Amino acid sequence: MKKDTEIRKDDIALELKNLRVKFVLERETVEAVNGIDITLKRGHTLGLAGETGAGKTTTALSLLRLVPHPGKVECDSLKVDGKDVLKMTSKELEKFRGSDLAMIFQDPMTSLNPVFTVGQQIADTIMLHNPTTKEDAMKQAEKMLELVGIPAVRAVEYPHQFSGGMKQRVVIAIALACNPGVLIADEPTTALDVTIQAQVLALMKKLRDERGMSMIMITHDLGIIADVCDEVAIMYAGRIVEYGTLKDVFNHTKHPYTEGLFNSLPNIRNRSERLKPIPGLMPDPSNLPKGCAFAPRCRYATEACRTARPADRMVSDTHMVACTAYDDPDFRIDRPEKD
Amino acid sequence: MAENILEVRNLKKYFKTARGMLHAVDDVSFSIEKGHTLGVVGESGCGKTTTGRCILRLVEPTSGEIRFEGKDIMKLNRTELKEIRKDMQIIFQDPFSSLDPRYTINQTLSETLRINKIVTGKKAIEDRVLELMETVGLAERLINTYPHELDGGRRQRIGIARALAMEPKFIVCDEPVSALDVSIQAQILNLLEDLQEKLGLSYIFITHDLAVVNHFSDEIAVMYLGQIVEKAPTEELFDNPVHPYTRALLSAIPIPEVIEERPQILLKGEISSPIEPKDECRFAKRCMFACDKCREKNPALSEISPGHFVACARVGEV
Amino acid sequence: MSKKNETPELLVSRKYVRQSQIRIILHNLRKNKGAMIGLAIITLLVLVSCFADVLFDYDTEIAGLNISEKLIRPCKEHLFGTDDLGRDIFKRVLYGARYSLGVGFAATMIGMAIGVVFGAIAGYYCGLAEDIIMRLNDILSAVPSILMGIVIVSALGASTFNLMLAIGITSVPQFVRITRAAVLSVRNQEYVEALKATGMSEARIIAFHIIPNCMSPIIVQITLRIASAIIATSSLSFLGLGVPVPAPEWGSMLNLGRSYVRTASYLTIFPGIAILITVLAFNLLGDGLRDALDPKLRK
Repeated sequence: MKKDTEIRKDDIALELKNLRVKFVLERETVEAVNGIDITLKRGHTLGLAGETGAGKTTTALSLLRLVPHPGKVECDSLKVDGKDVLKMTSKELEKFRGSDLAMIFQDPMTSLNPVFTVGQQIADTIMLHNPTTKEDAMKQAEKMLELVGIPAVRAVEYPHQFSGGMKQRVVIAIALACNPGVLIADEPTTALDVTIQAQVLALMKKLRDERGMSMIMITHDLGIIADVCDEVAIMYAGRIVEYGTLKDVFNHTKHPYTEGLFNSLPNIRNRSERLKPIPGLMPDPSNLPKGCAFAPRCRYATEACRTARPADRMVSDTHMVACTAYDDPDFRIDRPEKD
Repeated sequence: MAENILEVRNLKKYFKTARGMLHAVDDVSFSIEKGHTLGVVGESGCGKTTTGRCILRLVEPTSGEIRFEGKDIMKLNRTELKEIRKDMQIIFQDPFSSLDPRYTINQTLSETLRINKIVTGKKAIEDRVLELMETVGLAERLINTYPHELDGGRRQRIGIARALAMEPKFIVCDEPVSALDVSIQAQILNLLEDLQEKLGLSYIFITHDLAVVNHFSDEIAVMYLGQIVEKAPTEELFDNPVHPYTRALLSAIPIPEVIEERPQILLKGEISSPIEPKDECRFAKRCMFACDKCREKNPALSEISPGHFVACARVGEV
Repeated sequence: MSKKNETPELLVSRKYVRQSQIRIILHNLRKNKGAMIGLAIITLLVLVSCFADVLFDYDTEIAGLNISEKLIRPCKEHLFGTDDLGRDIFKRVLYGARYSLGVGFAATMIGMAIGVVFGAIAGYYCGLAEDIIMRLNDILSAVPSILMGIVIVSALGASTFNLMLAIGITSVPQFVRITRAAVLSVRNQEYVEALKATGMSEARIIAFHIIPNCMSPIIVQITLRIASAIIATSSLSFLGLGVPVPAPEWGSMLNLGRSYVRTASYLTIFPGIAILITVLAFNLLGDGLRDALDPKLRK
């Protein structure tokens, strides 16, 4: 991205260039991610939005080099805090995961080990990355629990004694235990109720700001993106179709898919307005269309869209859109611009 | 006032557990006008799903009165119940577990038609199956596909077609879109809306998603721990929420717009246990306005303006 | 042609042919070498059993005495040798397949029929019915199966049918338990509730929707149970409680050869190998089927 040149190099927390992930199966090849660039500035939060199968989680797992078999990851460059992740040995990777880059998974019910107390689980993570005694690690674990709003006395309890929202707080405490520079949160609140979701999001924002952490927030909920993110990347069929600051994407929407997503959401201020869903379905990732992957569902699509893959186009310093229709300088989507 | 298709009075459903009686639904009353939609909102464990199941007697209520078109469903015997279930149907949340994996679309729909003798004769059944598929927007070529070959949206359409096969007047929609992606969610919501208009259906729309229920319902009931805490016409509820829980719920909806500063009411704690609740306001523990009065007695619903009911001891004070 | 009378609509369901479930399962099974070997052996044994009477004359070749040729070591004429009564062991082993397979299969079917019915009832109707069935089941499975077989056969007398019954009954507890577990997981699926809401009777739901969805573990169990039923058949025959002599049941052949173990070990080795291979074949097929039927491993 062009904006990189203006930023001093050490201001970048995470840089990913041209990520491609394929799953080669017996009869077909699933192209999960097809060329993704991400630049995350220190202290910023990037939202990765898209529907099921857009490749959001695969992208996140690639950042940790945790893509499961039979996935094949290719990538031009991946740097976190200036460290080249691609050149790391498996020992270095183990150290890197958790201490530089941590991840929170979607389901708090399954990401905790039921046979250990939550205090032990946090302490284990601390001991893995720092040479401390067990007592010290336990003390730190209790502090971490208090940080996420759980009384320290509950450190001796087991995961099943906690409710869903509390468990997700524990998961956050584990992720933050080693003070990672970058936190990836994969749908951290999807399994939670709205009021609990609001609590957890507020907590994450607070901790992020206090610790100057950078964050990648993966979600399908554009409302959450608006709440916590500075930058947004909209993903479709393994590509980023629109990328920019929150205002760029939400108020000056350019890509027809992003427009379609907004139109599909019920408007809380105008209830009688009829929803305008995107027709059709997400393309089969083992059989992607030749041109733009969104073309078959796009109402602006022309012949040119169906034949060639759209190039990334910068419409402003910070705003990228991958759409062939903008070859025509007069092209506008229907969604009105806001300020 | 228009005719009510469904009236529920003092519905209760308690489950026996090892630690005492679980009050899943505790004294719930509401009614639905013909052709209208009642939205039931609440968080997990608030009893909204059990309420839906009780109305169809898929779960036997502990006590209460459920009148469908004037007939008390609680007093019906098996054959009468079978007859009345033709008029009342249900659409489920999970499009993966709500279909028999071994039945094709054709088998699922034609079995329903045949068993209930809604149409008879091989040809008539097949015609009706195709008609139903067209109504819910399923392509004819999918007639012999199994559920696992289809995506969530299409499966949900089969579920809707199966409910419509019975030619119902009233459908319980239990979180019909919460397992679907936004673009597919909008397709299904529009379909349900069109069907309501075309066939004059009445719905109970159970969901945790306030944006969806706002779009879809004429009236909303907010449930908390087995009880309705606020009930009002949709616009009234969104413009003028009174109960502290409703207010917190509304302020917690993530809005997909760039807003500089948004006042948020963050609740402390989480939903408490519905097992053997004490006689006090069930929300008091999380409520920022709670006082001694709230802990004395469980407040009853009272009408504060026409059609707007609230169960809060401090109505008007806060 | 009758097709002329049909309206185009009626042809729709035929035009879009559905994928046969059996074909998918076979496709998965074919990838599993062990299961295919097992299937091949079983097919061979089934064919031999079916045509045993055509291939051999029971009265002269299988059961008839021929003292002049007794205890010949394995040679060209008698591949597996002959026993103390001069009977060809190769022929007797092949002929014996029909007893092992027949009794094993029939006994398992009896066990399955009883077990699935009770298991389904226990799984679907919780409460008193479940408690009674499961406790009785516990009692039944607490008795060692071989002891149970001995008791039943001694009480009713040694005959092939009684043997089937005895072995069948001892396999009931397994089927009850497996069916109940499968039914429990299926009965809470939303589609069962949806079917109830469409006014379907419970009997129909159980028979047409719940049991078919529980078939995978039951089928696997059948193949594995046949293997153990074959062993049980041989064990009881070995004890003289199974198929009456002079029928060439593998177990009773073992018993006959027992006294010659040191001098003519081929009398026991070949029937023993026959039991081993047959049981192994069923176990291989059972393991293969378990993988092929598992929906998680499909695709």
